Amino acid sequence: MSVLQKAIESGEFAVTAEMAPPKGTDFSEQLAAARLLEGKVHAVNVTDMQSACLKASSLGLCVHLKQAGLEPILQITGRDRSRMAIMGDVLSAASFGIDTVLALTGDHPAVGDCKDSKPVYDLDSVGILRMLSNMEASGADCGGNPLSGGAPRLFKGAAVTPVYDPRPLQINKLRQKVEAGARYIQTQGVFDLEQLEGFLEDVAKAGINVPIMAGIIPLKSAGMARFMNENVPGIAVPEEMLARLDAAAAEGKEKGVKGLPAKLGMEMAAQMIAEIRGKKLCPGVHIMAIGAEKNVPAILDMAGVHILP
Amino acid sequence: MIITQKKPAEELLAMLEGVTKVAIVGCGQCASACQTGGEKEIAEMKTFLEEHGMEVVGTVLPDECCHKLLMKRELKALKDSGAEAIVGMSCGDGVQTVADNMLIPVYPANNTMFLGQVERVGMFNEYCHMCGDCVLGSTGGVCPITKCAKSLVNGPCGGQKNGKCEVNPENDCAWILIYKRLEALGQLDKLGQTRPDKGYAGVAYPRHINLREKKS
Ligand code: SF4
Ligand code: SF4
Repeated sequence: MSVLQKAIESGEFAVTAEMAPPKGTDFSEQLAAARLLEGKVHAVNVTDMQSACLKASSLGLCVHLKQAGLEPILQITGRDRSRMAIMGDVLSAASFGIDTVLALTGDHPAVGDCKDSKPVYDLDSVGILRMLSNMEASGADCGGNPLSGGAPRLFKGAAVTPVYDPRPLQINKLRQKVEAGARYIQTQGVFDLEQLEGFLEDVAKAGINVPIMAGIIPLKSAGMARFMNENVPGIAVPEEMLARLDAAAAEGKEKGVKGLPAKLGMEMAAQMIAEIRGKKLCPGVHIMAIGAEKNVPAILDMAGVHILP
Repeated sequence: MIITQKKPAEELLAMLEGVTKVAIVGCGQCASACQTGGEKEIAEMKTFLEEHGMEVVGTVLPDECCHKLLMKRELKALKDSGAEAIVGMSCGDGVQTVADNMLIPVYPANNTMFLGQVERVGMFNEYCHMCGDCVLGSTGGVCPITKCAKSLVNGPCGGQKNGKCEVNPENDCAWILIYKRLEALGQLDKLGQTRPDKGYAGVAYPRHINLREKKS
């Protein structure tokens, strides 16, 4: 059974991190970060050319992580692969013991760094989940033909953006994802827990019952936060956080100390994680450190979160 | 309407390299409305080709260029014209229909862009991708296949920012349009309807429809 599934179903506070494959063939940085994450998180999402920027494929890093003793989550977008290619990748992944996946629609090539690439979108997030659920239920492939040895059992997840207007539209899509087979959800990075709470209440009111892990992005600086506010859909870092980061930068300048804003960002992330756990807002968190995966263990320490061995 | 745009002049001239006698075929329908193949554009093309040393031996402006039998009749006027090539000022369908009727090269003067709405003179918006299985009935009359940059049928991606699409911030997010329209129509329940996956088996092209085929 999927390690993440076990954690969530046993009621343990679930923790996932996230990593991107390299733009090239040298995976050593990722594997070094993986060693630090071992025993600290239940699983590690491996992104599928996030922001439509070309990287080595998700499956490749997933296999590396699995062989290094971590539990990878295969992120699958519909952007570059037809249903056949997606199913083929999932079968290959399963043969390596990779049994946890996250289905996404995927950012459009137009926003990425290989703009001439053909957008596929044979299936969107809901379609991918539905196809994999059908595969498991029927033991057959996407054309209805039997799979030799039957279908792999997968723990399937999806993403949601709590900061979205109109909210009912987002909640409706979430419902479709759950109906299509999503058994866990990870949110876009959240910064305002009251906002998150309101969103979760509306999800519950809509009768949707699925574990939703809060997305946590440790901020590195006010500049990064402002950039994300401007450019990343669904990200809304509150003014108060920006002001604290600005103050930390000013303090660092005055004292001649480097890295104060990033340190504060880690503290704020830890604080949010502790609060989410303390108030039982969410059954887990998903930490997106965006290249600073080595900081994840320290953030979890500060939050007082230690996963069971 | 099929929306067309003029090709760059140099591209057309390159295709016509070595041609001395040429004929022009326009189209009285879409290409006239798009100002790419009507009377005025044909006259301009004639002048342009003559300026580049070609003799224009005939011009034809049929009611519609995509009608094979009609074109067979219309093109008789060019049969003995001595034209070595034809400049087709219609959509790609029209150019091919001319070619179906004449065994000389037919060169497109236009790029065929999309099936769209004429918002007003000279302003066109892409409206339908001819997906073969129209879903407008459940989307408030807003096409998610065409107006969503990813052709998503199950609701939006997370990429909209202030109601605008992640792919082109000049475009409204189709799913927010759909939501607003369904809300205004009192049909928000339709948002919850699951759309079965249509797949792509039914849209392998080229497709044909024959209303005369006997029902079996
Ligand atoms: S759903 Fe859209 S693309 Fe398909 S037929 Fe209807 S309008 Fe055209
Ligand atoms: S932002 Fe809206 S229109 Fe653009 S791709 Fe996403 S769902 Fe489609």
